[in-house]
Amino acid sequence: MKRIILILSLIIAMPVHAVQPDEILDDPVLEERARELSKGLRCLVCQNESIDDSDAALARDLRLLVRERLLAGDSDQEVLDFVVERYGEFALLQPKFGGSNLVLWIAGPLGLLFALFIGLNMMRRSSANPATKDELSTDEADRLNEILNRD
Amino acid sequence: MITEFGHFALILAFMVALLQSSLPLIGASLNRHGLMAFAMPAATAQFVLVLAAFGALTHAFVTSDFSVQLVVLNSHSLKPMIYKISGVWGNHEGSLLLWILILALFGACAAWFGQNLTLTFRARVIAVQGMIGASFLAFCIFTSNPFLRVAPVPLDGQDLNPLLQDPGLAFHPPFLYLGYVGLSMAFSFAVAALIEGRVDAAWGRWVRPWTLAAWVFLTIGIALGSWWAYYELGWGGFWFWDPVENASFMPWLFAAALLHSAIVVEKRESLKNWTILLAIFAFGYSIMGTFIVRSGVLTSVHAFANDPDRGVFILIILGVFMGGALTLFSVRASELESKGVFSFVSRESALVMNNILLAVSSFVVFVGTIWPLVAELFFDRKLSVGAPFFNLAFTPFMIALGLILPIGAIVPWKRGGLGRAVKSMRVPFIFAIAVMGLVWTLQTGQSLHGPIGMFLGAWLISGAVMELILRLGQSRDFARLLRLPRADWGKFTAHSGLGVTMAGIAGIMAWQAEDIRVVNVGDTWELGGYEFTLEDVRQERGPNYFTTMADIRLAKNGTELALMNPEKRNYPVAQMPTTEAAIDYNMMRDVYVVIGDPQADGGWAVRTYIKPMANWIWLGSALMALGGLISLTDRRFRVAAGARKQTTIGGVPAE
Repeated sequence: MKRIILILSLIIAMPVHAVQPDEILDDPVLEERARELSKGLRCLVCQNESIDDSDAALARDLRLLVRERLLAGDSDQEVLDFVVERYGEFALLQPKFGGSNLVLWIAGPLGLLFALFIGLNMMRRSSANPATKDELSTDEADRLNEILNRD
Repeated sequence: MITEFGHFALILAFMVALLQSSLPLIGASLNRHGLMAFAMPAATAQFVLVLAAFGALTHAFVTSDFSVQLVVLNSHSLKPMIYKISGVWGNHEGSLLLWILILALFGACAAWFGQNLTLTFRARVIAVQGMIGASFLAFCIFTSNPFLRVAPVPLDGQDLNPLLQDPGLAFHPPFLYLGYVGLSMAFSFAVAALIEGRVDAAWGRWVRPWTLAAWVFLTIGIALGSWWAYYELGWGGFWFWDPVENASFMPWLFAAALLHSAIVVEKRESLKNWTILLAIFAFGYSIMGTFIVRSGVLTSVHAFANDPDRGVFILIILGVFMGGALTLFSVRASELESKGVFSFVSRESALVMNNILLAVSSFVVFVGTIWPLVAELFFDRKLSVGAPFFNLAFTPFMIALGLILPIGAIVPWKRGGLGRAVKSMRVPFIFAIAVMGLVWTLQTGQSLHGPIGMFLGAWLISGAVMELILRLGQSRDFARLLRLPRADWGKFTAHSGLGVTMAGIAGIMAWQAEDIRVVNVGDTWELGGYEFTLEDVRQERGPNYFTTMADIRLAKNGTELALMNPEKRNYPVAQMPTTEAAIDYNMMRDVYVVIGDPQADGGWAVRTYIKPMANWIWLGSALMALGGLISLTDRRFRVAAGARKQTTIGGVPAE
């Protein structure tokens, strides 16, 4: 949340704001694509912040680069590939699906299956065992009496 | 002098905490009343001593005593008083001291209000609380002493980070800490129960209010932080999936799961193992959060302490407490036999589903947060995990949660028919579908966020209303509503709040409009049906900053609505600029204006946003917190824990 602090204090006295008026492309369709791409690209000197949100000068350079590539006719994927080739996958805010990242992506679904397995098992065990009664054990009844009689 | 007194009190508190964590435990296992009874005065003494230390530090900040290093680094004589005070916890050492103070307060609460617990159990709870206190006191004294002096004494301080000089953020950390640390109570109760080898309804009834209180504080703390980001950071983002935000969000999710499963323990004496495990993990996530914030291991700017020693120290604390508690759990879990049985379709099962979804979603956040670290350490890949991943991987769990909530909330305990519950919820469901259809047709070719979010919001809110109507039964006697237990009203409020927040998040994500342009004084522009006129830009002076302030007139169809004053401040001492957005608040939309830099060829960069339903996010959070508070005032928490059992002996638990 406070990631701007660092950038601001490191780089500039006078902040440039995220997307500047002079960066905006004339073609609204291309601009829209540029904005969408920017939201998925990391400002490399910031903490977990996209170049679309960032005030850093480096983020501005990347925004301009994305627009340059789009104007040159690149597809969205080609732009991303271009950025990754230059700056590494560190620049992608959404990690690629594949390789060791599979662990990251399937952690949720696998975790859900695992938890469902435990949960359903618990429900099954509980419903298969209707003989257990709701009454208090003698031990608990004693304790209850002790508490009730205290007042 | 007062500073040294504070330092001394802190060391004394550490000594007391060591005794508090050992003597009562020994007493409990030997059944020696004297040793057990030591727990209560020790907890009180520890609290008083830490309070004295905290008071001494606050005194140094308030009087701007620049012979204390911490004050030099984080304060300034010109700073407004409220920020001198909030500066106490606006830094690593001071915030740690606040953490410990709250921890000691909770321990003391167990001593003051625990009369209806058995002496052995109370002694054990306070002892475990004492252990946590001792480890963090040691951490504070040996690695992060707030009372260090400097010589020579500088003339003035270096000021608190200007972004933190804000009323929203002044109270954000204390609430978060009350939440984090509140979960230590659930942990201490869980460990004490494991040592004792018994978990019963009384246990559930004790743990639930503490968890509920912790969750309420966390909700308020997180909402304050998110609201602050919204108005202060200058583009109206409200959640960034920053590691440090995640660090507070994970325990929140777990606490939400815990407070629901504690209901099952309390009412049905079921899910005991599960609840104990949740309690252990919930606090584990709190320490993990402290680790993430304090160690700087994930290098976020939140990590004002980039000191590996500190990280290792907290990791040891985490390892010892989690390892110890889980070992104890594996030894004792089989003894905690659950009694209440329930069939496949029942409230218990619904709450198990709630727990599963909340716990797994929290796990997803956890994996996403530490993945960059894991990938670098083990796979030699430097990568980022940002908002797009979390939005994709986390959201489905919340949608599923929202879908099952209204049905699960009315399925009867023990044994229910799904058919009946579904049937009674058909009106809210049809209503929600209608809302979704309406939204769908009103917006063309836009994201699915809008329709889905509005459906969930309508479904949750109308479902909560329907539940109240069902409680009325056939009588239609509305006076009966007032006589419902407060816990039911709390449930209604909190569940509606969740719906309001979900709708708000969907609304702002789906329909935000944005405009970025260069504007000259006198220019008019338009966005989303509103007209804006830049009337003036002037320089002004605040108490400890300079500001560039704009007058922007907001109008709709020629009618003037407001004069908005976005600012760009510069804090000369800290050499830092901040943006102060001007926001015209409204239930259905916020108009959000930010003034940027002067342009080379005249004019100013101005950013304008229309943010539909933004306030629903925080209104919903407030409702959730309020719901928790209402539940806390329920009769069964106010009277002695055992007393109400009288009415339920041998019968079905009353709701």
